[in-house]
Amino acid sequence: MRGLALVLATLALASGWPTPAARAQALVADLTNHLIAITTGFTGTEVVLFGAIEGEGDVIVVVRGPETAIEVRRKERTLGVWLNRSDMTFADVPSFYAIASTRPIEQLARPEVLTRYRIGVDHLALEAADATDQVEQFRQALIRNKQRESLFPTAVGTVTFVGSRLFRTTVAFPANVPTGSYQVSVFLMRNGQVQGAQTTPLLVSQLGLSADIVDFAYRRALLYGLIAVFVAAMAGWLGSVAFRRV
Amino acid sequence: MQVYLPIAEMSVNALVILALGGMVGFLSGLFGVGGGFLMTPLLIFVGVPPAVAVGTQSNQLVGASVSGVIGHWRRGNVDFRMGLVLLLGGLVGSVIGVWLFSILRRSGHIDLVISLLYVILLGVVGGLMLAESTRALLRHRRKTAVRRKLHQHIWLHGLPLKMRFHKSRLYISAVVPFVIGLLGGIAVSILGVGGGFFMVPAMIYLLGMPTAVVPGTSLFQIIFTTAAVTVLQAITNHTVDAMLAVLLLAGGVVGAQFGSRFGANLRGEQVRALLALLVVAVCIKLFVDLVLTPDDVYSITVPPAS
Repeated sequence: MRGLALVLATLALASGWPTPAARAQALVADLTNHLIAITTGFTGTEVVLFGAIEGEGDVIVVVRGPETAIEVRRKERTLGVWLNRSDMTFADVPSFYAIASTRPIEQLARPEVLTRYRIGVDHLALEAADATDQVEQFRQALIRNKQRESLFPTAVGTVTFVGSRLFRTTVAFPANVPTGSYQVSVFLMRNGQVQGAQTTPLLVSQLGLSADIVDFAYRRALLYGLIAVFVAAMAGWLGSVAFRRV
Repeated sequence: MQVYLPIAEMSVNALVILALGGMVGFLSGLFGVGGGFLMTPLLIFVGVPPAVAVGTQSNQLVGASVSGVIGHWRRGNVDFRMGLVLLLGGLVGSVIGVWLFSILRRSGHIDLVISLLYVILLGVVGGLMLAESTRALLRHRRKTAVRRKLHQHIWLHGLPLKMRFHKSRLYISAVVPFVIGLLGGIAVSILGVGGGFFMVPAMIYLLGMPTAVVPGTSLFQIIFTTAAVTVLQAITNHTVDAMLAVLLLAGGVVGAQFGSRFGANLRGEQVRALLALLVVAVCIKLFVDLVLTPDDVYSITVPPAS
């Protein structure tokens, strides 16, 4: 039985849906908004997630941004001077990672379970291709740096129950939130096990003027550069004309 | 007032960026240095990714230099002929610099070489300038001003290819400004920072140009180098943020006007002393950064696409 569960869990992980599908009805959840639009005035935003569970249990919400490779560098003192001397590259690091929970996650499941579902920054599968025996220090440094950039928020959000079945939480996104396709996973925890899960997509994208600028900068790079220089030169000229009369 | 920067993918306070642009623009207008040495770290401090900071501040410098050059030109303080010779040298120098950079990188010691070279160069240039300008200031105070030559003629000036530079009141070999431009170009490619810091003192001390003509002439050639860098960055790295550039520009062109105006009210040795102090301060700051134990010895970055 346990073997079967493990196989199912592995299959589910491989397909990006870390849950036994048969249990999906034990939990329903959705976001108030599936698109975070970054416009010129964007200063960060919040998205409300709400849902319901069947029976008793706790809820954990995990928000993962698109994965990228990240290089971690370490400075060492060389001839009295601090320089980057060694580095390690981690593949598939989520560009953003936040969690919210009804209770501290350590009380809800054993570390093995948390690791299997990658719940919590300490349970992310951060692997380096060029790992040495110091990989753990580099991994911790990676998390620390991400936390400093507010991309791995250190505060665990709270999931609150409205009555016994309905729950809601607010996920905060900082102003420097990376763009791309996010996954919001909701886990129903019972007796130290994941009893149900649901993953909802969330798109973070630039819109309007911002998006047009990015599009232009990549598609017509030469023209973009030339216009940038022209605008700068004109601004310089205008500035001096305006100041002539002062 | 928060504004989202599309290429940097972050939001900044527009007033902070305007003030930054204005401050650095003031320095460019006053001294004829680009100010990249200040702008890049300040932008990174605000949270702008380093690559975007470097790419965008070069774009802002185009505007600040144009503004500054026009300001100086109205007072008749730009030697276009000298500027062109320096620029020619600069172009050749940046080609050599890129080539040297790749050799140094293969040797694996580039970071150490660059950091130390930079600190030593700034220290020597700043120290010598500070000593000279202090002597000049003291002489002025004692009012024992002896009538001196317009400028010292050194053996370098006697090299072949003599040219007349009216604005600078010089009749010297064109080889000297060409080589200075060339060294500046090499510095730009290797150190990644504008050559203003080496060019300005070299123009004053090696060429013997009058201090008043130096900032405008230096800015004149900075227009072209920064324009070239902007276009190259836009094509190769897509790191020029139009929104950030516009904000920096708005502050920069105004600052450059104030700078060139303020400079006109100062005596040559006063400008030189202020610039020397700035160079020494930057040198000390870089040195301290290198030697002081960092808060976190680890840093993260997106690896370059292979």
